[in-house]
Amino acid sequence: MPKDVPRFWREIPQRYNLIGNQCGSCDKVFFPPRVSCPYCRRKSIGKMTEKKLSGNGEIVTYSILHVGPEDFENQVPYPIAIIQLDEGPRITAQIIDCDINDVKIGIRVKSTFRKIQQDGNTGAIYYGYKFLICKDKVAKYEPENLDESGNIVSIER
Amino acid sequence: MRDVAVIGVGITKFGELWNKSFRQLTAEAGSKAILDSGVDGKDIDAMYVGSMSSGRFVGQEHIGALVADASGFSHLHIPSTRVEGACASGGLAIRQGYLSIASGMNDVVIVGGIEKMNDVGGTSATETLATAADQEWESFFGVTFPGLYAMMAKRHMYEFGTTKEQLAKVAVKNHANGVKNPNAQYQMEITVDKALNASPVADPLGLLDCSPVTDGAAAVVLCSVEKAKEFTQKPLVKIIGSGQASDTLSLHGRRSITTLDATVHAANMAYKQSNKSPSDIDFAEVHDCFTIAEICAIEDLGFVEKGKGGYAVDQNITTFDGSKPVNTSGGLKSKGHPVGATGVAQIVEVAQQLRGDAGNRQLSNPHVGLAHNVGGSGATCVIHIMEGM
Repeated sequence: MPKDVPRFWREIPQRYNLIGNQCGSCDKVFFPPRVSCPYCRRKSIGKMTEKKLSGNGEIVTYSILHVGPEDFENQVPYPIAIIQLDEGPRITAQIIDCDINDVKIGIRVKSTFRKIQQDGNTGAIYYGYKFLICKDKVAKYEPENLDESGNIVSIER
Repeated sequence: MRDVAVIGVGITKFGELWNKSFRQLTAEAGSKAILDSGVDGKDIDAMYVGSMSSGRFVGQEHIGALVADASGFSHLHIPSTRVEGACASGGLAIRQGYLSIASGMNDVVIVGGIEKMNDVGGTSATETLATAADQEWESFFGVTFPGLYAMMAKRHMYEFGTTKEQLAKVAVKNHANGVKNPNAQYQMEITVDKALNASPVADPLGLLDCSPVTDGAAAVVLCSVEKAKEFTQKPLVKIIGSGQASDTLSLHGRRSITTLDATVHAANMAYKQSNKSPSDIDFAEVHDCFTIAEICAIEDLGFVEKGKGGYAVDQNITTFDGSKPVNTSGGLKSKGHPVGATGVAQIVEVAQQLRGDAGNRQLSNPHVGLAHNVGGSGATCVIHIMEGM
């Protein structure tokens, strides 16, 4: 697995802050950022702008892994999921801090910042996003659901 | 475009071949194919070799030249090129060989596929296979290759009601076919119960839903139809359609989790070229790296309606005696899955069936067969349709 610091370092903005980008031609949002929009192609060149994602979304599909890669062996069994973020992009991530039986297709999740891997006991630590199951019903990341400081207003169940 | 035929096939035993080296396996498959075809080394215009990750599995790159050398062709200076597309490497090598003859550039081409996966440990093999997924945006976050296919299965169950029993039946069927294939890694029958109670790998997939780690090689000799009669009196098997398509490297980036669009597009290309429809296909070798992959494949190839793959398995449509036999060789599941060799081994099986050479697993008089080879979780697909002449 990636034991190369420069490669990880380049991706820190995306992995730490969920920063994707948006096509100025069709408004579609991408994560990780794309050099051009696969729908608009040449029309999108020079029109891709940075887009911070809310980290809110829902589970499209998942699996409970009973055999993991070396760096994850001590975590099995653990859930991994494809999450549809409210802005559109789908991403793959672990679902954590939950009973594995609570992971279901269609449930709401939100991103959190965690350690993903490390290079042995003394090497670099790689951080990134994992997801928590929403206890509350969380509104979608749309203007009417944001408070003055731009945070999602959560709605009690 | 010129017509192209398969005039020779060769395959090694598939399995944990501790006593055989990478180069021995390639030379063995290649020499069998050459002897079967009747061509001589000096007749061969070019070689193409499919291998996913010789660099990680045996620490050797530059295997185009290595395979030519190991096959005894170094002094003939035959151009030899390695082709890579993860688990579709073999099928892509076939397509390169096919295109080079169809174009008129070459007359006789040998295509090989090879993977020697057991020279590294299981963890290392799993990590190497994971390089077919998106390293930065999938694997980094802890998903394994079985995990990706498990997520397809989970969604397929959610959307279409597919069951674990139906997945198990795919494995049971392919093991039953593999028993009749002397080159298969696992020549043993399994039961639905055994498959359902196998140790869990990535829910809902258990160990017997997964293809194994395998050493093996396969080779075919391709020739323009106009020249083929100079070399062989055996029945010719013509490649009548070739299709290839790509998709996003990551599963999460795709339009659908349960349809492999690359399969749909590659199939359309091959059906159009061959002027065949799914109902014209008598039998198929499909890429069953996991049981769910075969269910998706028979849907995406148009053999059954989308979502009805599990039902088709229940109805025994794809068994050896069914109306559309799938994976008579035992498939990747039972025959074994030496990744780079798989796409070539599929062509070997289809050609043998069409020539009537398939021994005690011979289908009754098939005319048209299809080979379906997938790379990664569906980022590459290559399909060939073949007809007996």
